[in-house]
Amino acid sequence: MDFKDYQGVWVFIEEKDGEIPSVSLELLGAGRKLADKRGVELAGILIGENIKPLAQTVFEYGADTVYIYDQPIFKHYRTESFMKALLDCSNKHKPEIILFGATSTGKDLASAVATDLPTGLTADTTELDVEEETGLLLASRPAFGGNIMATILCKKYRPQMATVRAKVMKALPPQLGRSGKIIEESISLQEEDIRTKVLEIVKETTKKVRIDEADIIVAGGKGLGSPEGFQLVHELANTLGGAVGASRDVVEAGWIEHPHQVGQTGVTVTPKIYIAIGISGAIQHIVGMKNSGLIIAINKDSEAPIFDACHYGIVGDAFEIVPILIEQFKKALTREEVSHVREV
Amino acid sequence: MLHIVACIKQVPDTKIIKMNPKTNTMDRRTAPAILNPYDAHAVEEAVRLRDKYGGTVSVVTMGPPPAVKAIKKCIEIGADEGYLITDRRFAGADTLATSYAVTKAIEKISKIKPVDLIICGKMTIDGDTGQVGPGIARRLDIPPLTSVNKVVEVNREEGKAIVHRKLEDGYEVVQSSLPCLLSVEKTINEVPYSPFPNMLKAARYQPHIWSVDDLEDVDIKQLGLKGSPTIVSKVWAPPKPEGGEILEGSSQDQVEKLLAVLLEKKELFQAKEGV
Repeated sequence: MDFKDYQGVWVFIEEKDGEIPSVSLELLGAGRKLADKRGVELAGILIGENIKPLAQTVFEYGADTVYIYDQPIFKHYRTESFMKALLDCSNKHKPEIILFGATSTGKDLASAVATDLPTGLTADTTELDVEEETGLLLASRPAFGGNIMATILCKKYRPQMATVRAKVMKALPPQLGRSGKIIEESISLQEEDIRTKVLEIVKETTKKVRIDEADIIVAGGKGLGSPEGFQLVHELANTLGGAVGASRDVVEAGWIEHPHQVGQTGVTVTPKIYIAIGISGAIQHIVGMKNSGLIIAINKDSEAPIFDACHYGIVGDAFEIVPILIEQFKKALTREEVSHVREV
Repeated sequence: MLHIVACIKQVPDTKIIKMNPKTNTMDRRTAPAILNPYDAHAVEEAVRLRDKYGGTVSVVTMGPPPAVKAIKKCIEIGADEGYLITDRRFAGADTLATSYAVTKAIEKISKIKPVDLIICGKMTIDGDTGQVGPGIARRLDIPPLTSVNKVVEVNREEGKAIVHRKLEDGYEVVQSSLPCLLSVEKTINEVPYSPFPNMLKAARYQPHIWSVDDLEDVDIKQLGLKGSPTIVSKVWAPPKPEGGEILEGSSQDQVEKLLAVLLEKKELFQAKEGV
């Protein structure tokens, strides 16, 4: 394998209901930085049916080139068909780096492609860098259950691959009208060649918990002692008009459902206010909330690592402090409303 | 009669594990070894399908000799047979080398009895990657189906399975040919307490133990550290952020100070009020 043949940074672009989800745009931002440092092109890969119109967006968010596989067989995501397109593209054009969102689709596709190439794949990356001279990708992620960070390298194989967590990289501001080179590709693939078939897609109408969209999150951890103690988090969230978040251990203990879990194996959130109650602050939790606007921690243990990650901390008993906070907040809000009315 | 293979791993309980702050490595002595919680759901699903359609559940794992304990746990859940592949030459494997070794074990198991379905947990709690399942499927050249939260049907005669794959806003119903590999979500089932006869069986059960030499057509270069394209170059504790201001005083004082901070962002709360 001659590494010189492998050039450029690629981003696999996802498509959802005719749009590009934000994780792919974030990766274009991250990929642009790597490509610039290395002095190479950034390319997006689009695979789908009638997907060509999305190329413009990919250029506007930073790509120089877009590879497109636009065929009816790619109507639904299926591992086997998408994998064949990506393998075809990679073998033909030989990128140095391929990035995927650490979404269910991105992880599924990347795992399959890395096995077939074969090459190394780093999962759930939260930091990316590249060595300017060698092109070696430095992919860092929380490891060992999120207790520590590890930087993973793939020295002997190309392309280097990583899946990257949503909401940790920043998309560039779009440059309207920016364009680039479109390379249309296709593969000869019959429906009979694919061993899976999507029979039906069912949208669940029940209101889904989307804590990653909340402006205010109140999150609780094992420090609250019991599912009953965890109610305190719900009460404060209700009062503040926020969503409820949780640490990994309380989700695993069954106090609350997984969609509420903040952190490496849960959701990454960036609310304007994040209040952590009884959460010690393992690295795997911190990576999921550290970009929040205002972080407040309440914990009995003054040594808890969460106090290193917060803007304001209270060392104390949540069961004493939070009820006072709820009461005082309600009073303050009423005062605000009254003064607001008077001004009018 | 179905033959279902569940892939499992014994992992340190990462919730309890302590890190050695000097070396930044896991102090494995501090953490009990447990069956990866996601894999318990994989085994449970395999057992339920066997009970529904008839057949056999085999579990397979790669690990050090004490991993026998994780296999016994699977027997408690209801698995019929357990296979441990253990050898120093497997050590240090990343996901690519792991999927290679486990595939070799499954190929040997399928010579004893052809395999119809492979079930893996979504990921392990120590590696957190979810990459090994799809890797095994690719190596066996069978369809991988990840994010599975329901198995609707497995029809051996017609050679097909129908499952639900979880999507961000719902699910998709997918049909696959058999054999195929499923990576299952935790929500697919609940693992009940094991019935007493299973516990008795597990206590007496001796799994099949294979070394590299017991497997066939193994390319030693693809095993363990040598067969792993990824390496951990550096393990580090992230630089400590500067840390916040600690609000001192009585609870009442603390709350007052906190309230002042929150009310600087009062537009957030009022916006909510208006809705």
